[in-house]
Amino acid sequence: MAYHEIIVAGFGGQGVMSIGTTMSEAAMAQGLNVSWLPSYGPEMRGGTANCSVVIADTEIISPIVLEPSELIAMNQPSLDKFEPTVKPGGLILVNESIVERKVKRDDVRIVYVPSLEIASELGNMRVANMAMLGAYIEATKFLKFETVVDMLRNIFTSKKAHLVELNEVALQRGAACVRL
Amino acid sequence: MAKELWKGNEAIAEAAIRAGCRCYFGYPITPQSEIPEYMSLHMPKAGGIFLQSESEIAAINMVYGAAGAGARVMTSSSSPGISLKQEGISYMCGAELPGVIVNVMRGGPGLGTIQPAQGDYFQATRGGGNGDYRLIVFAPANIQEVVDLMQEAFELADRYRMPVMMLLDGMIGQMMEPIEWKKPPVSPDDLPKKSWATTGTKGEREPNIINSLFISPEACNAHNHRLEDKYRRVIANEQRYETNDTDGAKIIFVAYGTPARLARAAAGILEKEGIKAGVFRPITVWPYPYEALHQVAAQESVKAVVTVEMSTGQMVDDVRIGVNGVKPVSFVGQAGGVVPTPREVANAALKALGR
Amino acid sequence: MAIVYQRSKGLADIETHYCPGCTHGIIHRLVAETLEELGVLGNTVGVAPVGCSVFAYDYFNCDMQEAAHGRAPAVATGIKRVLPDKVVFTYQGDGDLAAIGTGEITHAAMRGENITTVFVNNAIYGMTGGQMAPTTLVGQRATTAPLGRDKSHAGSPIRIAEMLATIDGAAYIERVTVTSPANVMRAKRAIKKAFELQIEGRGFTLIEVLSTCPTNWGLTPVKALEWLNENMIPVFPLGVYKDITKEA
Ligand SMILES: Cc1ncc(C[n+]2csc(CCOP(=O)(O)OP(=O)(O)O)c2C)c(N)n1
Ligand code: SF4
Ligand SMILES: [Mg+2]
Repeated sequence: MAYHEIIVAGFGGQGVMSIGTTMSEAAMAQGLNVSWLPSYGPEMRGGTANCSVVIADTEIISPIVLEPSELIAMNQPSLDKFEPTVKPGGLILVNESIVERKVKRDDVRIVYVPSLEIASELGNMRVANMAMLGAYIEATKFLKFETVVDMLRNIFTSKKAHLVELNEVALQRGAACVRL
Repeated sequence: MAKELWKGNEAIAEAAIRAGCRCYFGYPITPQSEIPEYMSLHMPKAGGIFLQSESEIAAINMVYGAAGAGARVMTSSSSPGISLKQEGISYMCGAELPGVIVNVMRGGPGLGTIQPAQGDYFQATRGGGNGDYRLIVFAPANIQEVVDLMQEAFELADRYRMPVMMLLDGMIGQMMEPIEWKKPPVSPDDLPKKSWATTGTKGEREPNIINSLFISPEACNAHNHRLEDKYRRVIANEQRYETNDTDGAKIIFVAYGTPARLARAAAGILEKEGIKAGVFRPITVWPYPYEALHQVAAQESVKAVVTVEMSTGQMVDDVRIGVNGVKPVSFVGQAGGVVPTPREVANAALKALGR
Repeated sequence: MAIVYQRSKGLADIETHYCPGCTHGIIHRLVAETLEELGVLGNTVGVAPVGCSVFAYDYFNCDMQEAAHGRAPAVATGIKRVLPDKVVFTYQGDGDLAAIGTGEITHAAMRGENITTVFVNNAIYGMTGGQMAPTTLVGQRATTAPLGRDKSHAGSPIRIAEMLATIDGAAYIERVTVTSPANVMRAKRAIKKAFELQIEGRGFTLIEVLSTCPTNWGLTPVKALEWLNENMIPVFPLGVYKDITKEA
């Protein structure tokens, strides 16, 4: 397995941080090493937020990601800011629902995910993140869907148990965007 | 035991509770506010005391009082707030009171920035308050090390009756990493008894007095020499450091905290370019592991020693003392919340080699 | 087309960083309009605090100094003693003024320091993410009072206007709010009066403005205004607490 250096970026409130923590939790559950580093500060007020996640089966040297192997761009400013930094041969996942332009790079893999459309079809806007995560899992193939679903089962218990299935469907709908 | 994903600040707070600390006083400031926030919920649950003070000055003096009353006690802040605590820290050293002070450093001077930095090194290791005093200063580089050292920090504070500082940067406070709780939790009931504490004489002993005033020059001089003896014992026994790939290296990076991780990334870059580089990482920055650094630097293979900091150059003074002229010492760093890149650090090494 | 709203010359022509619906912005405007109307913009030195209004030094169109957390009244004292002819004001939050800076504000009032303080009380530490302030209401949740402020543990909210009104050096002290157009007009009059008294050399003046923090209260801007009216005003009654012009 390679050394994954990931940046997840978007507006504050888009669930950027939680995409990163969910990935980190899942990686840890699979016995991998992980670090999660948030941007912090007043910029979180309506501005942009991002987190850097490093996942590896070897020791993690630095938690800081300057040249991501994978970028999840939840909004346009994030794509503008981080697109040039992605490693050649890397991956860019674009939240197609609100990013208006296409990726300019031609030396990276690109996946467009209409996360808001998926979420609205499923009747719950909160699962937009899960669609992005599903696409990530499918495109990179080192995290297992079962790991995330197991985590969901631990989070959503009793009254909320029905949310497990909803989130699972969102993951799969996101994954399908990669298979196109 | 299973690994758990913890945010640095929350892990520090939890580690303190597990170390038997049942008393916390603090004041909010970014990037460490998660410490008081965590304490506000979990300290009462553990049967302990959490109090948000009206200022950092009040918080450190609450620590003074609680420590004098025999409690295992802690406070935390970030750079501007730590500046305000300096008077209290000086008084704690003068009165020989144990306690743990966490500084999650941000960029200065003044209000500076909330982003991570290491500009408080001189303040932590040289004494930011008045008088001849020292703190034991731990400078962990990852969250596992933070929680591993926490118990030790409280133990050393009690053993030497002096404050211990955990010197972190905002990055370590804000990031999350998997950790394991290796040591069993300490029960407050099992802590060493403090016969010197002001707990009431019950008419059974002479009054205990917590004090840093020694009005006659002779008495004050004697007190200072006693402290000096204690600090010598700390120097002899409590130096901690780690080396990575330093044997036979051409370049030795010296760094603490987050920059030590960047230095290791830089060493990786150099390795690919055919240059063997290692990292010397002090874990205590006071007492500083001068001798160990000297030995590493003095190796035949070493051509240059490069210090990496998130400041404009503070620890480099200690590196020069340790290396003591046997090899050239240079510096690379950024301040104010900007973090040096591994490439930049590797280039500094190339420059030191004259390339 | 008639221009119904014009930005005061007292405010710099830049966007502020305040959250949507935060009333810091209105209070800035009232201070700026006052300075403009009194014709003293070029003759004023303001002092910004540490809190959400820390960047006030960029927003007010006059000379500004940035102080350490809580120390604005001391900084203002330094300025006023060197430049007694200038109009000097501080703009401070409740954490800044009523927690870490209680000493400075109290002694500025005691000396009758001829400055004006605009005290923005939003019952929370806004800037740092919603921790308990000395003005947080009993039962109100904060990130350092996750179960709500407990009186037996953290005491009851401090009433700054009432407290400072007991000090002889205080010339004018009023508590206002900005939750309705009528309240905004009253707040404007209070702020203007405070600055006028300073210009007349009458002594220390302070206007406490009850303000919202929708972000950390977890409320919409409209709900935040309602919450303030319903919960804060009973604890912090509006009104004039000290007015030397009315004293014999
Ligand atoms: C010495 C020091 N301690 C703590 C801080 C962190 N800090 C910044 S703003 C603030 C509180 C601000 O609250 P308030 O004054 O009520 O203003 P608001 O943001 O609510 O307008 C604190 C504690 C600091 N900058 N300096
Ligand atoms: S955090 Fe609160 S006080 Fe600060 S700008 Fe936002 S709403 Fe206003
Ligand atoms: Mg406030």
